[in-house]
Amino acid sequence: MESNISFTLKVWRQAGPKEQGGFKEYPMKDIPTDTSFLEMLDILNEQLVEKGEEPIAFDHDCREGICGMCSLYINGHPHGPATGATTCQLYMRRFHDGETITVEPWRSAAFPIIKDLMVDRNAFDKIQQAGGYVSFNCGGAQDANAILIPKTAADEAMDSATCIGCGACVAACKNGSAMLFVSAKVSQFALLPQGRAEAARRVKAMVSKMDELGFGNCTNTGACAAECPKNIKLSNIARLNREFLCAKFKD
Amino acid sequence: MWLTNSSVGRKMVMGVTGLFLVLFVTFHVLMNAVAIFSAEGYNAICSFLGANWYAILGTLVLAAGFVIHIIYSFWLTLQNRRARGNDAYQVSKRPANVEWASQNMLVLGIIVVCFMIVHLVQFWAKMQLPELLGEHIEPGMYFIETTFSQVWVLPVYLIGFIALWFHMTHGFWSAFQSLGANNSIWLERLKATSNVWATIVCLLFAIEAIWFTFML
Repeated sequence: MESNISFTLKVWRQAGPKEQGGFKEYPMKDIPTDTSFLEMLDILNEQLVEKGEEPIAFDHDCREGICGMCSLYINGHPHGPATGATTCQLYMRRFHDGETITVEPWRSAAFPIIKDLMVDRNAFDKIQQAGGYVSFNCGGAQDANAILIPKTAADEAMDSATCIGCGACVAACKNGSAMLFVSAKVSQFALLPQGRAEAARRVKAMVSKMDELGFGNCTNTGACAAECPKNIKLSNIARLNREFLCAKFKD
Repeated sequence: MWLTNSSVGRKMVMGVTGLFLVLFVTFHVLMNAVAIFSAEGYNAICSFLGANWYAILGTLVLAAGFVIHIIYSFWLTLQNRRARGNDAYQVSKRPANVEWASQNMLVLGIIVVCFMIVHLVQFWAKMQLPELLGEHIEPGMYFIETTFSQVWVLPVYLIGFIALWFHMTHGFWSAFQSLGANNSIWLERLKATSNVWATIVCLLFAIEAIWFTFML
């Protein structure tokens, strides 16, 4: 059932990384509830361009919830009030007529603001580069059926691998910790025989890179898993701790 | 040293010392319970835990556990504040399944430490400390009676127990998570165990304090 709603959008505007930012309010009139949140921002930006004002900068790419590019902290939740969905999968029917919708960027020392709602998430790429991969030798791949993998392990590895690296876990965490992201990346390999070979090196390298980049210490509040658009489970963090401690005790 | 340099190592130290302190409060609450049933029994425990070498060793290990846990808590909190950055969210909501205690562990811990200082002044400073200095001391029951006859003591103790309950409900299962001894199935079991264990310990403490105030 489509209807139109009018609301006030309160958006964080910041001209550049070093500039002083602040909230600016934009009245939005007659927005169809079937509009997605990002389309709504597109409509606003078009209006701003027509008026000769600077459009709002925000990250987005695939707009189907798989690229991990969109962010936005909407009304106190990363990716907004919907659960298990990214901002691009959020629709205006989640909001009410006359409401004030507050839109903020991810806030974490490791994710500095580039402009407006856009933050620098390169730190995640650096953690991945530190060890979030499997080394392969050249030559023909062996038959897939030669390596037997239990269905439960394969499923769990696949669940962990659904992490899109959007950074909502860091944004939700009061400690600015990246543990859910790193643990998902460690788990997706640690659960499979192909990834086991380098498991110890991987977990040590990724944790040490994470600490170096200034992410916080996990205190197990669970806000990350509660806000994750891909429903990455908290048990991944326990697995990361286990892998790390075992690797360190073996040294 | 990875126990200080790495975030996972630091959390392991927090978990290990935390579990040790959980065992300590459990032992403490059981020891108190003896005072309800038998004054002689309680006095015997107090003299057993006086200026003997094993009691002194135990006290030192326990003090080390407390000191490490407290130092690490402030250190971790400072690092986490820095990681979080200076800009707070305008609107921030706690997701439904995030415990309130988990986001307020430092404040709860500070309340417990304040309570503990009062408690140490009232008991330890009059029991083990003078005995170590070679002075004569009264039997254990004497201190329970004199302390709890003061009106302000019971409310202060109850506040301490409530803070301890919140602190323990999160701390207990969180320690297992930090030590890597957790998974999706055990998460719920450990959370339930946390609640049950913390409730039994803190309720017993409260019952004992009320008993000492009104029944002695």
